[in-house]
Amino acid sequence: MATIAHAKNMQPSRSSAGEALATVGVALLLFASVYAAILVAPEERTMGLIQRIFYFHVPFGWSAFIAFFINFVASIAYLRSRAPKWDWLAVSSAEVGVPFVTVMLVTGPIWAHPVWGIWWTWDARLTSTFVLWVLYVCYLLLRTLIDEPERRAVVSAVFAIFAAFDIPLVYFSIWFFRTQHPQPVIGAGGSLDPRMLDVLLLAWSATLALLALLLVQRYRLEAMRWELDHLRLNLDRPGPEPQRFAAVGNKGGSA
Amino acid sequence: MQPGSPTPTPAKSAHAGDSSARHAPRGLGLEFVDFAKRYGPRFALRGVSLSMSPGECVALVGANGSGKTTLLKAAGLLIRPSAGRVSFSHVNANGAAADSGSGDNGAGSCAIKRSIGFVSHSILLYDELTAEENLVLFARLYGLDAPEDRARAALEPAGLAARAGDLVRNFSRGMRQRLAIARALLAGPGLLLLDEPSTGLDRAGQQWLGATLADLAAGGCTVLMSTHGAGETNSFVTRAIRLAAGSVVEDSAVSGDARAMLAAALAAHEEA
Amino acid sequence: MALARPIGILLAKELRTEFRTRELLATTLVFVLIVLVLFSFTFDPTSVESRRFGPGLLWLALLFAGSLMLHPSFTREQSNDTLVALRMAPIEPVAIIAAKILANFCFLLLAEILLLPVFAALYNLHILPVLGRLVAVLVLGTLAICIVGTVFAAISSQARMRELLLPLLLLPLLTPALIASAEATAGLFEEQPALAPVWIGVLAAFDTIFLTVTWLFGDYLLEE
Repeated sequence: MATIAHAKNMQPSRSSAGEALATVGVALLLFASVYAAILVAPEERTMGLIQRIFYFHVPFGWSAFIAFFINFVASIAYLRSRAPKWDWLAVSSAEVGVPFVTVMLVTGPIWAHPVWGIWWTWDARLTSTFVLWVLYVCYLLLRTLIDEPERRAVVSAVFAIFAAFDIPLVYFSIWFFRTQHPQPVIGAGGSLDPRMLDVLLLAWSATLALLALLLVQRYRLEAMRWELDHLRLNLDRPGPEPQRFAAVGNKGGSA
Repeated sequence: MQPGSPTPTPAKSAHAGDSSARHAPRGLGLEFVDFAKRYGPRFALRGVSLSMSPGECVALVGANGSGKTTLLKAAGLLIRPSAGRVSFSHVNANGAAADSGSGDNGAGSCAIKRSIGFVSHSILLYDELTAEENLVLFARLYGLDAPEDRARAALEPAGLAARAGDLVRNFSRGMRQRLAIARALLAGPGLLLLDEPSTGLDRAGQQWLGATLADLAAGGCTVLMSTHGAGETNSFVTRAIRLAAGSVVEDSAVSGDARAMLAAALAAHEEA
Repeated sequence: MALARPIGILLAKELRTEFRTRELLATTLVFVLIVLVLFSFTFDPTSVESRRFGPGLLWLALLFAGSLMLHPSFTREQSNDTLVALRMAPIEPVAIIAAKILANFCFLLLAEILLLPVFAALYNLHILPVLGRLVAVLVLGTLAICIVGTVFAAISSQARMRELLLPLLLLPLLTPALIASAEATAGLFEEQPALAPVWIGVLAAFDTIFLTVTWLFGDYLLEE
């Protein structure tokens, strides 16, 4: 245990200064976006105040897609290289992506209710996003159900690849289904006023920054867990005199 | 190559030497280079470096959980190493050693797998198929000619010819073990891996196993067998290796006396 | 590297094992029947509604059946560690998965064909005029269920709560296949029966994509 404490003290402090700066930066961006969304963006003709939630509903969705794309790439990279860092990236991107999709799924009905009087419509985008959410929740669930780390990484990577290839098929088939059986659409298209576009892009960059920040934090956490495991393992060195380490690490190389 | 095998006896005991011994290729040589395998927080094998020349017969001893089964599985190309590698070599027709590859690539490892036979803790056979159907299945998978004939020929010496058409589900423990051994020998392996093969065998079965292994050893097959030290099967063993907590702690090739190690292992096992 | 041979050998083994007991086939048949009957209690089965809901319900029932009956594909191999024996054999590991996909496909398709007359009777549908096209949709849709279902059975056999996990993973992923199959089938029972090319395209794309992904990454699931 002394070894681990020693290792922790050896963490350079430059990273905490950089982290603090980054966190402040992200917070500023988010604050700026909220400000812009509420006060700067022009009022939408028909929907009024609640429409401003669009400036978060959409960017969180786009950023979630980016997170899941990272998950896809990391999963393939892990299977090819077996370097643990890709698994760290895969789990981090999924764990950050799921809350982002949740935000999108929650803001959808919040937007819909005052405008259309309904909480949910089975419109194409919302339904597809719901399936997306379920798929990646299943990914995380699958990971919790496999104990052995290498098996967990391999098996969840394969599932992630299946899920990633499924997404375009889901979106297309639900969209086409809806053209046959139409329902009210939340956030129907139409051209965007340039000022609205500006606010949208600002909000998007804010969510991207948030994504990056959370991703890095989660990745570091996973890396540290791995290190801890490793250190613990190396403390229990077996051999002719295993008793030498009995006092320090009682998790032996197994009996 | 072996001359024609001795006449198989109809009774379920004693005689070894089925036709597969006649077809046994010269054995495979085996080398572990710094091999390690971890399962989460636990190292099943760590820093294992050892080599076996073709035709050696090695007994693997050690307490339960010392990594014997994992080592056998690694030799059978069933495990992806956490570190290190395992490679194989064979003695080709000219008598010169040739590297068969490390079992990493697809084509190479298929060729190596053809020459490996494995007797595990589980019987590796389908309960819902008959004895003959099981052997025919594996004969086909291993690309043997005339699979039905090979299967029937393999059942005879194991004393199972009479039960060829019975579902394995209905076999006794000893019969299942004998069938499992027959399955491992089907393709005439150059490397035979056995995980405590005497388990479940009665006296006659053990004698049959011992004679079969002795025959194979005489034919040049490499044998790696985990054992607790007891049984008929040890007469042909030339070398013993002891594992503890995933590492090789004693090797009779270095320290000298294989018999003594086996006796010590037996004593330790009976104590435990 | 010829895969056809080992796949053929293993397929024969799977078929022989199943037809000896026929337990999987029987349970699947009964299960789908029960689900179809239960569904019919949830809406008023006038003929117009039947025609609209029937196909969708059939595919839903098949999806459920698949997610339950595909499970033994790999758990059956665990009792005597026979999967180890197959992995040791000089064959590509993906051949093992491919053989199981094909075997499951045969069973599920057989169950569907046996159920067709019952389905037609329950929902007052005229299947004979569209039989060929219906079978085509059945083939593509069943293939989708079996490809993904077999791979996910391999996945869930390595996890805890495996019986629950397989349906959980499978159902969301099969959404496009469900929609496409149900719509294509419904199209066949319209006033003017027509086989919608878009949905057939979706099914064909689904099958091709996931067969390829299985080919590329299936090996990894059988490792240790």
